[in-house]
Amino acid sequence: MALDSKIPKGPIADKWTNYKNKINLVNPANKRNIDVIVVGTGLAGGSAAATLAELGYNVKAFCFQDSPRRAHSIAAQGGINAAKNYQGDGDSTYRLFYDTVKGGDYRSREANVYRLAEVSANIIDQCVAQGVPFAREYGGLLDNRSFGGVLVSRTFYAAGQTGQQLLLGAYSAMNRQIGRGKIKMYNRHEMLDVVIVDGKARGIITRNLITGEIERHSAHAVVLGTGGYGNVFFLSTNAMGSNVTAAWKAHKRGSYFANPCFTQIHPTCIPVSGDHQSKLTLMSESLRNDGRIWVPKNIEDVKAIREGRLKPTEIAEENRDYYLERRYPAFGNLVPRDVASRAAKERCDAGYGVNATGEAVYLDFASAIERYGKEQATVRHLDVNDKALVKKLGQEVVKNKYGNLFQMYEKIVDQDPYNTPMMIYPAVHYTMGGLWVDYNLMTTVPGLYAIGEANFSDHGANRLGASALMQGLADGYFVLPYTIGDYLSDDIRTGPISTDSKEFEEAEKNVRDLLNRLLNNKGKHSVDYFHKKLGKIMWNKVGMARNVKGLTEAIQEIKALRAEFWKEVMVPGTNEEFNEELAKATRVADYLELGELFAKDALHREESCGGHFREDAVEESGEQKGEAKRDDENFAYVAAWEYKGEPSDAVLHKEQLEFKDIELKQRSYK
Amino acid sequence: MNLTLKIWRQKNASDKGKMVDYKVNDISPDMSFLEMLDVLNEQLVYKGESPVAFDHDCREGICGMCSLYINGEAHGPDRGVTTCQLHMRMFKDGDTITIEPFRATAFPVIKDLVVDRTAFDRIQHAGGFVSVNTSGNTIDANAIPVNKHDADDAFSAATCIGCGACVATCKNSSAMLFVGAKVSQYALLPQGKVEATDRVLNMVKQMDEEGFGNCTNTGACEVECPKGISLENIARMNTEYLKASLKG
Repeated sequence: MALDSKIPKGPIADKWTNYKNKINLVNPANKRNIDVIVVGTGLAGGSAAATLAELGYNVKAFCFQDSPRRAHSIAAQGGINAAKNYQGDGDSTYRLFYDTVKGGDYRSREANVYRLAEVSANIIDQCVAQGVPFAREYGGLLDNRSFGGVLVSRTFYAAGQTGQQLLLGAYSAMNRQIGRGKIKMYNRHEMLDVVIVDGKARGIITRNLITGEIERHSAHAVVLGTGGYGNVFFLSTNAMGSNVTAAWKAHKRGSYFANPCFTQIHPTCIPVSGDHQSKLTLMSESLRNDGRIWVPKNIEDVKAIREGRLKPTEIAEENRDYYLERRYPAFGNLVPRDVASRAAKERCDAGYGVNATGEAVYLDFASAIERYGKEQATVRHLDVNDKALVKKLGQEVVKNKYGNLFQMYEKIVDQDPYNTPMMIYPAVHYTMGGLWVDYNLMTTVPGLYAIGEANFSDHGANRLGASALMQGLADGYFVLPYTIGDYLSDDIRTGPISTDSKEFEEAEKNVRDLLNRLLNNKGKHSVDYFHKKLGKIMWNKVGMARNVKGLTEAIQEIKALRAEFWKEVMVPGTNEEFNEELAKATRVADYLELGELFAKDALHREESCGGHFREDAVEESGEQKGEAKRDDENFAYVAAWEYKGEPSDAVLHKEQLEFKDIELKQRSYK
Repeated sequence: MNLTLKIWRQKNASDKGKMVDYKVNDISPDMSFLEMLDVLNEQLVYKGESPVAFDHDCREGICGMCSLYINGEAHGPDRGVTTCQLHMRMFKDGDTITIEPFRATAFPVIKDLVVDRTAFDRIQHAGGFVSVNTSGNTIDANAIPVNKHDADDAFSAATCIGCGACVATCKNSSAMLFVGAKVSQYALLPQGKVEATDRVLNMVKQMDEEGFGNCTNTGACEVECPKGISLENIARMNTEYLKASLKG
């Protein structure tokens, strides 16, 4: 099947408006006869479910958590971008569009990104109207901060809990519709298959995580807002339950999986402390507004620090290497995430890591504390030369901005970041890859949509900070509710979809067979044993720097691990109970397939772009020496993989990317 | 560290349940409390026993999914943290730790340490929202300036994670802190004022129907709240409720 991205014709600034003017609509009376399933209740799924119900569709929403409010969007910290230009600093729809395409290293689809930038301002209006308490200035207007990879202040925020506040906004919109009976909410339900009838997605099979009941649910269309697959690395900043299962089942039923190797490794996370670790914790990118990243200049100082003979605060300014400021003077500490992560790895690989494992760099707030302290002392007519006073005043300002993040850090690491620099290291955070979707956000299966992190569309090979929240809400509030109407306009006479068909029967049997196989396997090793092994392979060979040898090995090792899993996995208990081990087993089984496709995709893409860094594709000379080398001639396409059984048999389809409104050039932050 | 754990085991909602003793060894003080339970569960799986069911997800203190009543305190002995942020350095080698589910009539046990908190969702369905449809043409976000102090107070109230520690801690199993926080968030913002009367009446009615108890102002909920939600929110809700009742 040839990929048709269905991009509307006309100038880029008019595409979305023209599209909306010409699509088919469903009249309000007919909407009552149409059912839509939404899986996942994060920013994308939650906002879509609420909006579709407001429009009059009958929505069935599903989440595996005990309440829709707990979806992992809740953990997003720093903020949400919007081209409001409230600061008057030169922002515009075009500039947000440009920054996002450039930040994504020219591997995203122009038309989708432009639309995202276009609706971004509406998101802020909508959220404020819902009562989302964004941070404000003393004059009562909304405040902004800056994020990496841009030269304007366009990030709206609510302390370090922006995701929480936006998700609670979407949750409140859902609650209103649940109360009216327009959304039927299914908590603690996991989707385990999608049902295709006559070539169209017409329902899903779920497992009730409390009772184990296998249920059939039908609808005229199915929407997946099920997030990313960072947990394929075992350790990531994702929640424990975040999983690829819904998206992977869709892939197995015909949806192409796009750019699986495009993964974001976030530069500022709390380093791994030991084998017991179950997850990693992010320290928001917003900290790079005020924190400066460094390692010691002299290797002797590094040794002394590791041996506990020297404290970082004792190292003089001239003996510190602020390597981001040194290498990228224009953007400094606010370079995009992929660039900052690689630079940290480069310093640590060279032996300059500052903790026992050699995998940490400093994020230091001392200069910011002094700068803010002096400002406060001046404002209050106090002595700007009183160092202790200045420090105290500065610490108060920093606490107001980042208090909750500093507290999180202190609880985990047991060190006080107000008085000693934080130690940070990159960790898996977000996946730009996902289900391939066209301009309508529909996958290659008619009637099956993917929104938010679950799709691949807007972030290319690297996502800019504060853009995940923007995309999730853009898709759910403003894009999908239009595009799905065009598709559903053909279904006004279809009537309810029966679950009593051979397709539902086959899908249910498929799920029951999977669960029985896992439960009756009675092997030697726990689910976590396999998940941790997979994570190690992924991190060591498909992580921040990739090469042909490592990737080839990873593919073989994952294949072997998958075979071992099916021979030796041990899942206790029964299906008919609350059984977390069983739920984990179904997820890890899918990760073991996705992991291989991921490595295969990384192997085939013989270029470096964004989060995908190939050691054999590096600039060898000139000003950009050592930086990632993209290959636009051969790889300016989306790699969409079609399922054919084993991941090794997956078939590659290419969507060639066209850049008409932005010139393709090397991404420079120098 | 080597520890003895006394854990509430209950097969399902209808099982009577009992405390069971377990031993865990070589626990690192840098582990989180839930990572310590992961170690126990891994042991149980390899022994062919049923692992201890407990709720958890983000493991960074924001999703509100984790619970646990540890040594008689919701989210354990540390302050301002959820159970997933509680670290083993708060305990000593040789300690015996008692772990129970959050207990309240309105939070029935599902299994072991997992409870059903959907009563909180139902209270929100009754009025925890502003009735505004998504259209793309609502007024500009800066059209109505909001006093910074009100916005900050609304935000503080809105940081509630809905974990239910307040209910588990309260001797009356009252949900006033949870409901007060939501009512306050909207009462403090101009966008929430339009529906203020119906909201507080409907949410309080639903709260009572769910079987939560009354507030007797002991303040225990505020002490145990991992997000430091203030008692002021209960006072504000009472004011809003009185105003609404007088309006009828």
